[in-house]
Amino acid sequence: MRRTIRARIPVVCAMASLLFALPAGAERLVSSLSSHIVKITSNFTGVELTLFGTVENDQATAPHNGYDIVATVTGPRESAVTRRKERSLSIWINAESRTFVDAPSYLEVLATRPFASIADAETLHREQIGIANISLPQQIGPDIADVIPNDQFRQAFVRIKHERQLYGEITNGVTFLTPTFYRASIFVPAEALVGNYDVDVKLFADGAVIARTSSAFEIVTVGVERFIANAAVDHGLAYGVATAMMAVMTGWFASIVFRRD
Amino acid sequence: MEIYLPIADLPVNVFLLLGMGLAVGFLSGMFGIGGGFLMTPLLIFVGISPAVAVATVSTHIAASSFTGAVAYWRRRAIDVALALMLLAGGIMGTISGVLLFTALRRLGQLDIVIGLSYLLLLVSVGAMMVAEGLRAMLRARQGKPVELRRPGSHTWIHGLPLKIRFKQSRIYVSAIPVGAIGFIMGFIGAIMGIGGGFLLVPMLIYFLRVPTNVVIGTSMVLTLITMASATILHAATNHLVDAVLALVLMVGGVTGAQFGARAGQKMRSERLRLLLGILVLAVGLRFAFDLIVAPDDLYTIRTIGDSP
Repeated sequence: MRRTIRARIPVVCAMASLLFALPAGAERLVSSLSSHIVKITSNFTGVELTLFGTVENDQATAPHNGYDIVATVTGPRESAVTRRKERSLSIWINAESRTFVDAPSYLEVLATRPFASIADAETLHREQIGIANISLPQQIGPDIADVIPNDQFRQAFVRIKHERQLYGEITNGVTFLTPTFYRASIFVPAEALVGNYDVDVKLFADGAVIARTSSAFEIVTVGVERFIANAAVDHGLAYGVATAMMAVMTGWFASIVFRRD
Repeated sequence: MEIYLPIADLPVNVFLLLGMGLAVGFLSGMFGIGGGFLMTPLLIFVGISPAVAVATVSTHIAASSFTGAVAYWRRRAIDVALALMLLAGGIMGTISGVLLFTALRRLGQLDIVIGLSYLLLLVSVGAMMVAEGLRAMLRARQGKPVELRRPGSHTWIHGLPLKIRFKQSRIYVSAIPVGAIGFIMGFIGAIMGIGGGFLLVPMLIYFLRVPTNVVIGTSMVLTLITMASATILHAATNHLVDAVLALVLMVGGVTGAQFGARAGQKMRSERLRLLLGILVLAVGLRFAFDLIVAPDDLYTIRTIGDSP
């Protein structure tokens, strides 16, 4: 089995960093990513990563319904305010607002089948499968609590994130190429934040989680972009003075270049 | 050709940015305005977060107004004494504005205040400028001389004490209205995130009777200093200035400003005021449109840490 994988996947070195989950029964789940570091350069327009892995079992306990995989990719967390506009004195103004505390900036759920046919609602809820079941705590007064999935603010938050390709569910996003070897494509748009992205993979059989594993990748800036981003944060004042000088120099340069008299 | 912006953290087409810089730069050179009230909404429209847009636009305006100031300096169309006096009031205004900004933000009402003040300010100033410009053009067409200094223009402003003679502008006015105008500019700049050249120019013309040719250069000097310090402040406190974005905008902006300044010098001042009035009014109406027409999406998301 191992040899087949090595022959299929060109990224051989990635196999070295496979993360093994604790065996929860007879199966073991193995996964890796085509790349663990995504470098943002000046022409970065998003990236597609491949998640791949295998289910290792002792043959005897293979479920008759086959296996199901659900992979959840979670980006760096950030708090965000969702505001709703209301008409007041004939103008539209932001009225009510809700703060989502430490919500994932990026959230992608990939599965072999629609969630409802993988497990029952209770299991899906307990295992946080699908965006509707993933906790998105809101600040309500002094308390922080999650709300029901059909809360209007929560739905709006997920919808806007989805429009920006930052949140998504692909229920045919994971494919079994052989009965035990699976792969999935993870698309991260250019708008995604730099930072750590966790990939949580769960193996389902007969409606229950029987094994899990996790992997991760990091989006980093490199080269000039990294230098500028670091300088802006670490040496804010010097960066500001340098930028202002750049502005004056550019202005001066232009006035020399365009001088006609 | 896409270029990745390190602080804004997203890729944008470089030619789109250059084009925006050129267009806004042309207008800023022509009218002696910074162009922040045009550039900031454009950047937000492209997808850059409002906080980064406001901070970076200040850098772009600094470059644009510097190159404009140089052009006017060569024509000796800058009143340095007047600019310094305005600046003194401006610093006080900025401090007060930042304090109010912080208070409004704590109350959660900053968005509405900013939207409404843009609307009220741009529409009222724009309408006034258009009306004044039309009257002046009408007078010119009827063959009457264009009267910039009407006999009745010696209002209560000219009765105030602490009079100073500004030689370059050939005016003799009290320091109080000059400082007050500077204060208003600094105050509005801090609240709305604009250089305010489009406001300063008409105020100097209507209240202090500064000649139009001197007013634009002088306004540019004030804009240059306030925007350069805004750049440094934004960079030092919030780390929001995107140098790559600023550079691309600047290259377009300074080029456009050169041609704009020449076009402005060739044009009659009343026509220039009319055109600027129409521009300001149009942007103001655009804000009104946003406030009155039902939005496509009632909900918006804003990451905490971004200032509006």
